[in-house]
Amino acid sequence: MYLKHALRAATALTFVATAAAHAQTITIATVNNGDMIRMQGYTDKFTEATGIDVEWVTLEENVLRQRVTTDITTKGGQFDIMTIGMYETPIWGANGWLVPLEGMSAEYDVDDILPAMRNGLSNDGTLYAAPFYGESSMVMYRTDLMEQAGLEMPDAPTWQFIREAAAAMTDRDNDINGICLRGKAGWGEGGAFITVTGNSFGARWFDEDWKPQFDQPEWNQALTFFVDMMAESGPAGYATNGFNENLSLFQQGKCGMWIDATVAASFVTNPDDSTVADKVGFALAPNAEGVDKRSNWLWAWALAIPAGTQQEDAAKQFIEWATSKDYIELVAENEGWANVPPGARTSLYENPEYQKVPFAKMTLDSILSADPNNPTVKPVPYVGIQFAAIPEFAGIATQVSQEFSAVYAGQQSVEEALEKAQAFTAEEMEAAGY
Amino acid sequence: MATQHSRSVARLMMAPAVVLLLGWMLVPLTMTLYFSFKKYLPLRGGDLGWVGLDNYIRFVSSSSFWPAVQATLVIVGGVLVITVVLGILLAMLLDQPMWGQGVVRILVIAPFFVMPTVSALVWKNMFMDPVNGLLAHLWRFFGAEPISWLSEASMTSIIMIVSWQWLPFATLILLTAIQSLDSEQLEAAEMDGAPVLKRFYHIVLPHLSRAITIVILIQTIFLLSIFAEIFVTTGGAFGTRTLTYLIFQRVLESQNVGLGSAGGVYAIILANIVAIFLMRIVGKNLDA
Amino acid sequence: MARAVTTRRKSLNTALAWAVGLLIFFPILWTILTSFKTEAQAIASPPLFLNFNWTLENYAIVQERSDYMRFLWNSVIIAGGSTILGVIIAVPAAWAMAFVPSKRTKDILLWMLSTKMLPAVGVLYPIYLLFIRLGLLDTRGGLVVVLMLINLPIIVWMLYTYFREIPGEILEAARMDGATLKEEILYVLTPMAIPGIASTVLLNFILAWNEAFWTLNLTAVDAAPLTAFIASYSSPEGLFFAKLSAASTMAIAPILILGWFSQKQLVRGLTFGAVK
Repeated sequence: MYLKHALRAATALTFVATAAAHAQTITIATVNNGDMIRMQGYTDKFTEATGIDVEWVTLEENVLRQRVTTDITTKGGQFDIMTIGMYETPIWGANGWLVPLEGMSAEYDVDDILPAMRNGLSNDGTLYAAPFYGESSMVMYRTDLMEQAGLEMPDAPTWQFIREAAAAMTDRDNDINGICLRGKAGWGEGGAFITVTGNSFGARWFDEDWKPQFDQPEWNQALTFFVDMMAESGPAGYATNGFNENLSLFQQGKCGMWIDATVAASFVTNPDDSTVADKVGFALAPNAEGVDKRSNWLWAWALAIPAGTQQEDAAKQFIEWATSKDYIELVAENEGWANVPPGARTSLYENPEYQKVPFAKMTLDSILSADPNNPTVKPVPYVGIQFAAIPEFAGIATQVSQEFSAVYAGQQSVEEALEKAQAFTAEEMEAAGY
Repeated sequence: MATQHSRSVARLMMAPAVVLLLGWMLVPLTMTLYFSFKKYLPLRGGDLGWVGLDNYIRFVSSSSFWPAVQATLVIVGGVLVITVVLGILLAMLLDQPMWGQGVVRILVIAPFFVMPTVSALVWKNMFMDPVNGLLAHLWRFFGAEPISWLSEASMTSIIMIVSWQWLPFATLILLTAIQSLDSEQLEAAEMDGAPVLKRFYHIVLPHLSRAITIVILIQTIFLLSIFAEIFVTTGGAFGTRTLTYLIFQRVLESQNVGLGSAGGVYAIILANIVAIFLMRIVGKNLDA
Repeated sequence: MARAVTTRRKSLNTALAWAVGLLIFFPILWTILTSFKTEAQAIASPPLFLNFNWTLENYAIVQERSDYMRFLWNSVIIAGGSTILGVIIAVPAAWAMAFVPSKRTKDILLWMLSTKMLPAVGVLYPIYLLFIRLGLLDTRGGLVVVLMLINLPIIVWMLYTYFREIPGEILEAARMDGATLKEEILYVLTPMAIPGIASTVLLNFILAWNEAFWTLNLTAVDAAPLTAFIASYSSPEGLFFAKLSAASTMAIAPILILGWFSQKQLVRGLTFGAVK
């Protein structure tokens, strides 16, 4: 009994002490991407303005996803703000796990958020996460190599052109690969890329009755095309290349073209890191001839508040600060317009200063042309371009992409992989009760 | 002679450890068993009712199950063979008189201090990367085409990384055992003109048998559950999905706690089969 | 040494052993070297060994991004706490097993070891739920308990093997002199077992220090140790080898230094006392 009282008293005392020292502390789980790291550097400004302290839990993407998912599904309450993506947001929102982002201040101007991003981060019209930055994907190419090859990149190329150009640019003796693409297993890595490539060949993950479609000819065409092109002009060992591996290949001048996230544009044009900074051009992601869907995806890293947090108001204040127009200006002032978090707000793209950034227009065009509600040529029952926003997708797509990566590594044929993908997906969907 | 009294005191003294471990085993085990009979999908609202043996049947009948068991055994077996064989050779080398033995010994045990995550990251990025990795540079230096380690030789790569971490452990145990070898016995054999191999086979190896048992027992326990090395390097692709990793995929990637729990039960069964097998050998050797 | 050894043979042994030792140590050495390079130098082709401009830049960046001392302190508390608690619980158990053995002693020992075979991922949800209910999430106390339980079998087993090396007659003699059980353990057994206990403590400290599943998944801010520190340096964007190397070096340096200074005990500890 005494002990209990003593403990309680001690706890109360510590509580008082901490309460006196800091008004409030919020804990934020985030991914270790460059823009997020930069935001951490500016946290002091937020604390100065509001008196709210911020604790950061910065984790690598896969660990973060595992960590926050465990916490939200068990209502662990470890975080006041979680950094999540376009895949998680609608699912978690629908489950009532996130605080709706309503009643933001007029100054915040919620309508300024790009409509594509808002839609992707909402469920039933309610916004559940505010985009910190958004991206689509596009072609980044070496203008000098393109010229050498005697070709000219159109603004909206086809896959056939990309393949020809890649072959023409390839120079194995000088360690130049015509094209670098993601082959790494994982639904957010190579899985995302092959899914959008599928879209641009007219393929889809599921038909309207949630039946997997890997046994359809479009998938075979897309995968065969991808594998053949990479064999002709891709780097060795591309089966383990993800975003980062390709980024460093491109920065070292070892790729003629690279089709990937629009945010990469600021890295490849940054002379500090990139040896080819002044020789990069941009174009829309390709489609197969005659197919009316391009292979660009849509993604946002966004800040959301888990339901049940004690610090809802403070968390909202932080989100308003971090995803505001003012924050963008703060970064622009200190580090230049090329380094502001892109792809979240309409006003950014209307800013004449930002329009001078070489990749601004193509990024906006790519984002605007992505439609998560109609991602494929044939109708689908799901929302999402490089993913299907259902809880089962991440697990299924990771395994499917592992089968595809085995094709890229030459360990099995396209047909074998598609057969396994079809069987596995069917098995999982049936288990999930579709 | 142990009296009745001392026996009960002994029991009392063992009680805390036994009770704690029993709790540590039973609580998660009971919860795992409970979940394994349920359809439990956290992202679809959690507990969706009892499903009997569904999860168990689904887990084994999945096309990933047997390859995963096989991958687990290959990794455990591969690492055991490499660490024991290299460990014996290394221990015999370190047993020889030399200058700076202490420093060499530190160099050899150092990998044991490195966190598994760190060692996997270092190997993956700085050694096995097919473009910028040191091994790629080495290959190119000799005019060979660099290997993409983690896709073309995925199993070998993982076995290599894990062996590097556990070689120090094996070496040290074996070294201590060799140092206690009666050198007169060896010299006598040498005088008799017994060839090196024969001496090794008839004198050294039997002497090491107990140490080898320890190495195998302890390493197996740790190796059955290796996770970080696979998570960081291949993410389970290219045939490196072990049973532990398969369970991880079910529980965390697919968010199917019921199915994953059934997998956990299978993993416990596999571990116990291995354990019984080991006990047979260890039981004999530990009494010595 | 009874065997006469020629200088030539000794030189040969030395050369070979050093070569092998350096080869095994090389990945660590390379990590340490890389941590002093710039990101561009870290991926230079051909690789740079010593001929680069040494810089402390990466350490500065890492320290600015995350408060190293806090992670370090948590690692020390968690690894140290779990080891000490484990030894306190294990000593009586190991004593009983070593000096009052019964038929079932060995079975109990092996059963204890077998509890280590539970795959951690399989029980993440149950344990996480339990931790929420007990309010132990992100507390050092919670992790101390979990890591203690994980390592307890190893601690018991190591101590048991050490205790068995202590001749029983000494204890008998003490008992004859009228020593109580408490005195026997405190004044007779413990002093003799100190080297063994020291090795046990060291080894388990290292195992707890390196544990990366529970320490990552059950912590957020307050209790996050160095394993969580590392998890933020495998970057998905841009060049990161040098920063990762700096963070890795910072994470393994304390334990490497500890190992360096306590080599003798550790070597003994690594043998689990089971080899004479």
